[in-house]
Amino acid sequence: MDNEFTIDEQPVPFKPGQTILEAAKAAGIYIPHLCFQADFKRHGGCKMCTVLVNGRTQTACTHKAAVGQEVDVNTPELDAMRRSLVQMLFVEGNHFCPGCEKSGACQLQALGYEYEMMSPHFVELYPSRGVDASHPDVLIDFNRCILCELCVRASRDVDGKEVFAVAGRGLDAHLIINSPTGKLVDSAFAVTDRAAEVCPVGAILKKGVGFATAIGDRPYDRESISAEAESCEIPEVR
Amino acid sequence: MAMNSDVVGRALARHRADPTRLLQILREVQEELDWIAPETARDIADGLGVPITRVQSVVQFYSFLYDKPRGRYRVLFSDNITDRMLGNAALFEHMLKRLKLRRGQTSWDGAASVDLTSCTGMCDQGPAILVNNFAVTRLTRKRVDEICELIRIGAPLGEWPAEFFHVDDNIRRRETLLTPLEPGAALDAAIARGRQGMMDEMKRSNLRGRGGAGFPTGTKFEGARNAPGATRYIVCNADEGEPGTFKDRVLLNSFSTRVLEGMAIAGYVVGATKGFIYLRGEYRHLQEQLQRDIDSMRASGRLGASIRGAPGFDFDIEIHMGAGGYVCGEGTAQVESLEGKPGRPRVRPPSMVSVGYLGKPTVVDNVETLAHCTEIAIEGGASFARRGTKTSTGTKLVSVSGDCERPGIYEYQFGVTIGRILQDCGAGPVTAVQIGGASGVLITPEEFSRRIAFEDVSTAGAFMVFGPDRDIFEVARNFAHFFAHESCGFCTPCRVGTAIQRNIMDKIAEGRGSNYEVNDLKRLAEFMKRTSHCGLGETAGNAVRDALNKFRPAFERRLRARDFAPAISLEAALEPARRITARDDAEAHLDVEG
Repeated sequence: MDNEFTIDEQPVPFKPGQTILEAAKAAGIYIPHLCFQADFKRHGGCKMCTVLVNGRTQTACTHKAAVGQEVDVNTPELDAMRRSLVQMLFVEGNHFCPGCEKSGACQLQALGYEYEMMSPHFVELYPSRGVDASHPDVLIDFNRCILCELCVRASRDVDGKEVFAVAGRGLDAHLIINSPTGKLVDSAFAVTDRAAEVCPVGAILKKGVGFATAIGDRPYDRESISAEAESCEIPEVR
Repeated sequence: MAMNSDVVGRALARHRADPTRLLQILREVQEELDWIAPETARDIADGLGVPITRVQSVVQFYSFLYDKPRGRYRVLFSDNITDRMLGNAALFEHMLKRLKLRRGQTSWDGAASVDLTSCTGMCDQGPAILVNNFAVTRLTRKRVDEICELIRIGAPLGEWPAEFFHVDDNIRRRETLLTPLEPGAALDAAIARGRQGMMDEMKRSNLRGRGGAGFPTGTKFEGARNAPGATRYIVCNADEGEPGTFKDRVLLNSFSTRVLEGMAIAGYVVGATKGFIYLRGEYRHLQEQLQRDIDSMRASGRLGASIRGAPGFDFDIEIHMGAGGYVCGEGTAQVESLEGKPGRPRVRPPSMVSVGYLGKPTVVDNVETLAHCTEIAIEGGASFARRGTKTSTGTKLVSVSGDCERPGIYEYQFGVTIGRILQDCGAGPVTAVQIGGASGVLITPEEFSRRIAFEDVSTAGAFMVFGPDRDIFEVARNFAHFFAHESCGFCTPCRVGTAIQRNIMDKIAEGRGSNYEVNDLKRLAEFMKRTSHCGLGETAGNAVRDALNKFRPAFERRLRARDFAPAISLEAALEPARRITARDDAEAHLDVEG
């Protein structure tokens, strides 16, 4: 086949214009990611999908597949980098898995397990962040936001509302809400929005359904996050 | 006093309510109203027809825009390591004491606030501050007292003594670039060569980008020229934010003819009719003067339609001001900022030469790079290429500061040794030189025979000299703080990694670090280099890594013998209790640091 590259020395076909991540997904090969979801504009900020392309680090979600490329995905060195990234996201926010209703359906937690994170390693930054419980149907816990901007993109590009944005620089970067009060209840947001569905962690939560699925029966309780590649889609994480 | 809505209305009208002008609008409004109040932000958002969040994102991204009152006099102390070496810390404390303020706090009467900021590009005449973004140089205790008094009586900035705002060029050595250019001569030469002829000369010159990356300028011009589409842009990157660099300030101040005509020549070659100068907010003092230079160029037919009578040679230049943000020196972040957005670097590819400003082919080049185009136009590429080395042609401006007798701007042909520069600037015994600023490399005496060139020590020209009494650990710690402050926050490794690096350096500085932290610092530097989204994160660990590799004892004498010390400090944890009980006696402190 003409349009072919390799991932960990295995040949992988691709369609012109496809990114490495898309081609890998189509071929049932798992590359970890947090800020990527197939329906949305590429972001490339979380860096979880970092791979080696002909020996150089690249983000698989933004880097186009090309004929003859040699891509390394599963190496001890890359796995260590991914573990550090997960640890950094953990210490950056306030993530207490046992008390989080997203536990078992949280991609950050699942990646912690996937990359054998046994401790946060870095000193926790314990930021002082709030909760927005103003909306009748949805709660936002900013303590858990990892700045993947999936809600930003979903609201802007799919819902056509631009409810969310990121403001601030560096460690002060944070999610803000487009409403006169800055509260979600006063925004154009609705529970039926796509933006209500996309949060990979426990930052945007629907009220009243938190424990509809018991802990233990949730997607990543049943199988590891890397198993998603076999079904070529992201498991239901509602 | 002007109604806030009038101020907003006028700013919106000046910028035709164009959302891509958001940053410019915010800057201009703040110059009149001192801060961006929530109702001001709302008026601007409504006037532009954009969500309020877009205004908030921009205000909160840039250091010099405020969404909280910061006083009528906003004083920012430049906090580069060179300012530290000149004693800025004591002056900072002195001013805080005189004005009865804490860092970052606004005085009760709304008069003033005093804070720190990243390098303001006055390293050769520091310690420096900015007052409402205007540079004040050569700060002394006496000058601090005078400023406090002017603030106390509420004297308008325009009535402060002119010598406070005096900025010297301090040109110490010239070759070909730092020589006067007869207005129009370079343009005429380029026109005589024709667009393709001038392009050929650019390539023949082998001119490479002076911002530090060294990309061949002719190749960049050609890429933009050949990109599909009718509209193209030239951007002059004057966001000289690398700590220790100040050459572009001097070029814009005294050699603007070279810079502006260089931009026009770039436009001629590339087929662009519009150019922007992205001038860093710290160089606010140059804005009006540069605007006058542009206006007089236009009046004399060196800008505008049919420049120098050449049919079809249309080019004009507009100044866009930055507002505090080192990352905006990165080309794609700069273009985002030009579009009125937060300066977050874009995903590449596509490259700027095909999809840049407003999605059009764009050339972003350093001030110095564009200025060199005038030399190439006049003398031709082959002649230009005879200076310097084979792969690093022409001359380079070096910004020298730190422990030496003659800080300032030195022009050399590429290939000059570090030792020669040290000799010329009157440096005594030297412990190390930081070349290329915070993102650059730390050079020790055994390397002083190395050369400034893309093939050896590649640099945008910052050259900070550290004498025998300087503590290289503190140099690295200063840079670690710089990167944590300047990270844009887009990607995980840089956003979190720079903060962790800063915290570890602080822990070691407090005498509570161990080998565990040292090992983590090494891993962090490599990790950020490999995984970050742009050059900021990629280089954020360089200074700490170099200091560790070359000045290990500076770290070791601070370390504890143990393998590990906890992050928490019992002594520091008692501080809230001391504050609540208003105690600061010996009994309220631990004898032995926990």
